[in-house]
Amino acid sequence: MTDTLPRTRPQARRRRQDSRWSRPRVALMILGIVLGLLTIFPLVWMVTGSFKTAAEVNSASLLPADPTLDNYRYVFTQVPFLRYMLNSFIVSATVTVLALWFHSMAAYALARLKFKGRDTIFLLIFSTLLVSLPVILIPTFVVVRSLGLVDSYAGLIVPAIFNAFGIFLLRQFYVSLPAELEEAALVDGASYWRIYRSVILPLSRPILSALAVFFFLANWNSFVWPLTITSDPDLRVVQLGIATFQQQYAGDWNYVLAAATVAALPTLLMFFFFQRQIVESIKNAGFK
Amino acid sequence: MSAVTVSRTAGRARVGSGGAAGTGKATQGRRQRRAAFWFLLPDSLGLLVFVVVPMVLAVVLGFFRMDGFGSFEFIGLGNYVRMVGDPQFWSSVRITLLYLVGVVPAIFVVGLALALLVQQRIPFVGAIRSALFVPYVISLVVVAMVWEFMLSERTGVVSRLLGAVGMNDLAFLGEPNLALGTVVVITVWFQMGYYMVIFLAGLQDIPGEYYEAARIDGANAWQRFRTITLPLLRPTSFFVVVTATVSVITGGLDLVFVLTGGGPAGSTTLLIFYVYEQAFLFGELGYAAAIGSVLVVVLLAWSALMFAVTRGGRFDND
Repeated sequence: MTDTLPRTRPQARRRRQDSRWSRPRVALMILGIVLGLLTIFPLVWMVTGSFKTAAEVNSASLLPADPTLDNYRYVFTQVPFLRYMLNSFIVSATVTVLALWFHSMAAYALARLKFKGRDTIFLLIFSTLLVSLPVILIPTFVVVRSLGLVDSYAGLIVPAIFNAFGIFLLRQFYVSLPAELEEAALVDGASYWRIYRSVILPLSRPILSALAVFFFLANWNSFVWPLTITSDPDLRVVQLGIATFQQQYAGDWNYVLAAATVAALPTLLMFFFFQRQIVESIKNAGFK
Repeated sequence: MSAVTVSRTAGRARVGSGGAAGTGKATQGRRQRRAAFWFLLPDSLGLLVFVVVPMVLAVVLGFFRMDGFGSFEFIGLGNYVRMVGDPQFWSSVRITLLYLVGVVPAIFVVGLALALLVQQRIPFVGAIRSALFVPYVISLVVVAMVWEFMLSERTGVVSRLLGAVGMNDLAFLGEPNLALGTVVVITVWFQMGYYMVIFLAGLQDIPGEYYEAARIDGANAWQRFRTITLPLLRPTSFFVVVTATVSVITGGLDLVFVLTGGGPAGSTTLLIFYVYEQAFLFGELGYAAAIGSVLVVVLLAWSALMFAVTRGGRFDND
């Protein structure tokens, strides 16, 4: 794109290409900034709106004329928002830890151990890759209900742990590790459990942390499963909490925006701190 | 618990390997089998109970009339017959296909275009990338709320902007002809960053020398894109089309639930939402399961196709 400009002497051309501030690059930068601002505009609008008064929230000005924290105070006093956030945290953290543990174990066996039926098991797991919870929502609900887990933390947590996606990615990673890794340990008579614990797990720290961020975000943001499996207000997770809140306060946008901002804040913070991990895990998901 | 078991067998195997080499190898094979069993146990059990059983159950429940209180009655193919004659079912299939046709090509083009943009060495490219990606980390409940707020008739910021440039106010979510299009735009908005990152990874895998060579041969930017970028990006493009298709078919439930509730006049009732509606609003669990089982079969066929085409999930070049 940079050399659509007429070319002059080679030296001048090189100087222009080396410079980040060459004219075509500045033009692209302006395009990128405009697109970026358009993209984040809805979120900025949400945050600034949450600081506006009820009278001002529908105004067309971006910044509040008279910024107020009342909306947040109202949200936290009218509904047990901290409880919702705690519930979401408990569920997301537990799912993430257990899922990473189980998936890395399964992936290790599928990638590094030789046993009969391994390919069949892998094929079976792969075949469930695309079948996500929303698709089998009703039968899963029936299963979880017959296990007596309706309206419980277990009902929120356990069905969310198992998906072929994590196993698949970790297996791809373990297959790519050199075979010599375990050999020394095996000659020393180490158990496979010890090899997994002290050779494989430490090596997988980058991919595990990438997946951890990803799993935590997905579970923090999940809505339909908690909606289906819980009715007890004490078990309400944050997404369910704000959706219920919106139904009660429809039209009171200043309150609704404050509630939405509170629910989105942890994910935004995670994005700013763990952007690299999130991007890494998406790149890994490209099945490379 | 598994740790104890595995290390005990390990200890035994070590004693065994002290003997003849042949038996040592056999013991090691058994050792590996036993270890593999314990390593695979938690996930296999969980996938069995919470994925495989529900998949089978979707088909089985489809043969029953079942309500939300647990009473059920075998009705054979009754639900499937009903499905064929249910105009709302076919309407939801049509809407899902329209959603698919709206979202997948748009996300492909937008994702690739953004990747090409942020691949350039331009100032502030890191911040631009972050801004383009950030909607992806927001929950769909929040996404739905923010857009509902912005698209409010008369008072919303979009309607004010349209008014400022002299255009008529539009009921983006209230008009059956516009609502699905609005849902498509919102879907592209929050997913484009994800596909941008995938395309970016694909672009980075293309060796820079190819472009150098083409440049020396005098190829212009468009020619380089068409003869180098697009062909070499084929595995990535394939992956994007497959995942976008699946995520469009299976996703969208949260968004539609909060944003439109399937309306107005059923114009955003995607198939996945129709299943939910039948099950939990009308208490028709059996009928809902029957519709769901159709989705399960479609997705299994997709997986099989994907497995065959990619030879077990290898999306790289051959």
